[in-house]
Amino acid sequence: MLKPHHSTRRQFLGLAGSAAVFGAAPLATLRPAEATPATMNTAIRSIVGEAEVRTGKVKLEIPPLVENGNTVPMTVSVSSPMTPEDHVKSIHVFTEKNPQPNIGNYYLGPRAGRAQVSARIRLADSQKIVAIARLSDDSFWSATVDVVVTLAACTDEVV
Amino acid sequence: MPSALINVPKTAKRGEIIEIKTLMSHIMETGYRHTADGDVVPRNIITNFSCKYNGAEVFRADLFPAISANPFITFFTVATESGKFDFEWTGDQGFAETASASITVE
Repeated sequence: MLKPHHSTRRQFLGLAGSAAVFGAAPLATLRPAEATPATMNTAIRSIVGEAEVRTGKVKLEIPPLVENGNTVPMTVSVSSPMTPEDHVKSIHVFTEKNPQPNIGNYYLGPRAGRAQVSARIRLADSQKIVAIARLSDDSFWSATVDVVVTLAACTDEVV
Repeated sequence: MPSALINVPKTAKRGEIIEIKTLMSHIMETGYRHTADGDVVPRNIITNFSCKYNGAEVFRADLFPAISANPFITFFTVATESGKFDFEWTGDQGFAETASASITVE
């Protein structure tokens, strides 16, 4: 990927960028301490228990750059045949830096036909959003997205 | 003026996957905002939403302060038979609203 004629700075940034991506992808829920990733972790554990959360199957669509954190469109979809034997039981969305770690819990079943939900959410800061799906075999799958927020929600004053 | 907006197809083929869109008018006050005097504005949000299809629950959601004002939720279900969808929102300060929509399945 890196060609020899690249400048040192570019190489450094490229390496730093890919390191960040690889570091975050497998277990975004276990990042070093920041504002509230610990509370997010607790919230995730309260849903997941001791089960392993694997990356994949889940697709979390949020605009990467958000101008107004008060209303951010979000769509979570899970690749699943949605049959009585193999379906998505629930979808849980978590945030790292909102005052509360939960965004929403969505409970579906084989009658949903398609494992997809959309909502409008609030984001208090630039942060990671994690979506976790519980399948009918009680396995957990996740997706993580980084969002940059320019105008934050939640903390503004009421005039 | 109705406080809920529901979008359900009027007709569908049997077995078709249909999209349901719902919007409920609500302030969704987070409980994290302050007035200019420094008082906390008490939390007032919708906490639960459910959708029943001819009496059987097909979708349910728990809502948190991170959901935007006027919660908009879309989800899917399989059109199995003609009948009625019943939607219910409940929340803080005794908030309870219902709405319904009919579908004809061919």
